[in-house]
Amino acid sequence: MKSPGRPRFSLRHRTRQALQGYAFVAIWIVGFAFFTLVPLVQTFRYSLNQVIVSATGVEETFVAWQNYTQALFTDPTFVELLIEYAIETAVSVPIILIFSMIIALFLNLKLPFKGIFRTVFFLPVVITSGPVIRELVSQGATSLPQVAQSPVVLEFLAQLPPVLRGPAEYLMTSFILILWFSGVQILIYLASLQKIDRSIYEAAAIDGASAWQSFWKITLPSLSATNVVVAIYTIITLSHFSENKVVRYIYSQTYDIKGGIGYASAMSFLYFGALLIILVAAYLALQSRVRKT
Amino acid sequence: MNMRSRLQDSILSWRDAHLGGFLARLPRQRDKVRGLLLGTRARYGLVFTVLVYVLLIVIGFVYLFPLLFMLITSLKSPGDLLNPMVQWVPSELYVGNYVKAFRVLDYPSTLLSSILVSVVPSVIQTIVCSLVGYGLARYRFPGKHLIFALILATFIIPPQNTIIPQMLTYRQLGLLGTIWAMILPALGGQGFRSAVFILIFYQAFLSLPQVLEEAARLDGASEMTIFARIAVPAAIPAYIVSVIFSTVWYWNETYLTVVFLEGGIQTLPMQLSKFVQAYENLYPPGTVNILDRLNEAVKLSGTFLNILPLLLIYFVLQRWFVESVERTGIAGE
Repeated sequence: MKSPGRPRFSLRHRTRQALQGYAFVAIWIVGFAFFTLVPLVQTFRYSLNQVIVSATGVEETFVAWQNYTQALFTDPTFVELLIEYAIETAVSVPIILIFSMIIALFLNLKLPFKGIFRTVFFLPVVITSGPVIRELVSQGATSLPQVAQSPVVLEFLAQLPPVLRGPAEYLMTSFILILWFSGVQILIYLASLQKIDRSIYEAAAIDGASAWQSFWKITLPSLSATNVVVAIYTIITLSHFSENKVVRYIYSQTYDIKGGIGYASAMSFLYFGALLIILVAAYLALQSRVRKT
Repeated sequence: MNMRSRLQDSILSWRDAHLGGFLARLPRQRDKVRGLLLGTRARYGLVFTVLVYVLLIVIGFVYLFPLLFMLITSLKSPGDLLNPMVQWVPSELYVGNYVKAFRVLDYPSTLLSSILVSVVPSVIQTIVCSLVGYGLARYRFPGKHLIFALILATFIIPPQNTIIPQMLTYRQLGLLGTIWAMILPALGGQGFRSAVFILIFYQAFLSLPQVLEEAARLDGASEMTIFARIAVPAAIPAYIVSVIFSTVWYWNETYLTVVFLEGGIQTLPMQLSKFVQAYENLYPPGTVNILDRLNEAVKLSGTFLNILPLLLIYFVLQRWFVESVERTGIAGE
């Protein structure tokens, strides 16, 4: 009988294992090539061209970076929407992070009926689709009841400098919508809360730490890695959402005679770049906090 | 001095005789009440519990407000809508809006295509992602980190960066507007949020003990047999979670469906997004009387009909939904 420790056998074993692994993953690699990589490169090529789709085929005229300069310097709408998107993301992500963490902390307590609340807070994940949200927003159902229309709030908004007015108005009209994007995040936080070793809390309590101190010194530091995951998940969900203003604008330009596929592709890449910048910024912001604690 | 101390003594002795037990118990009683209100190490206090419940109920109400608003408005008759006195309780249960919305949405047919367009790609996506997740969890091969990085990349890349060339290709092949435009990417593990499902299965298979598989391998079972006969049955919960979630996400995804299916299959959300136009086709504005004009109640009835199947699925299968994230191990990455 061969001993498994012999190098020849182990080498062959390793090769065979690798081949078997590739066999399982192969379908994904092929899919990635055909449905992600090639279309991505193709979209980039479109972004450098003027693309006209006719009944017979696709005509391309090379225009170098003209689509990009048009989006950034000539088209007033795109840059405005991009800035709006960045501000709205910067407003929403911290709210979603803090809100879902608080709800997760509540739901992590040993309370009767917490299952009902868990069901309620996860419900929006199941029903959130672009057209549904659009209907609800247009009927004013996503603003805080009685708050957004009250004269005090309107007065207050009018007093704000224009830089703050946009985000504040967004907050007022879409407050519930922002909270609705917290469903999955609450569950991610809950799962990590349950992973924290209870004996650490017990040790801290014996040393005289209050619940408040335990939260700041034990719970919060334990969640720092989760914060990064939740922030990235949130940013991507918000950015890919089909009701996102930039996404809608790019979509509308795709079929527009003035814009066309080339222009839409260029905007897609600019948008992708903005998304990456936001992701990196969020990562750095949360990562630096990890190091401090 | 002497008098006073004697008086004190007598008072003290009287106190001990009559109130001794009570006074001695008093601090303990006080601790008990305090513990009940503010909590002890063993249990939460009443004040704290009530506060948490009040907060949860208030936030829960805010959370459900859009749904309540939708449900109540959709049941208002045109008269109720115009009456400023009627805000929360409609004067009658008016289902006329639903009848109209049902017709405008072409409900039976769009519902059926919505089910088709969400269930079929979801099942395919689940099967493919489970194969990939199994390969990543169970075998060692070079380039695995690269594949993980690329899987993450597919999660980050916005759909509009890859969708147009696909659309043009399908158009050339005559697949645009058919379900194949949704199935093909799912078949390649590039369906809607495939990365999440690959991670779910990676985590599920990683946590299974390897002993059974090794025993089967020694008995000469092929890798595919081991996967199908041992790994899959052990990971059934992951399959259920994946199919449910994938179905719901496909149902709600409108960017892909609008680009790939427009002009062909009509799903419910697609029909909802052109509700006004469809309504005016059925009830031309000039010809119907004022009560049959399109109003927000009809629109919200349509919205409610749109999410009704999802609500039913959710309330039947909610255990799987809320347990899903714990199973994925996303939190422990």
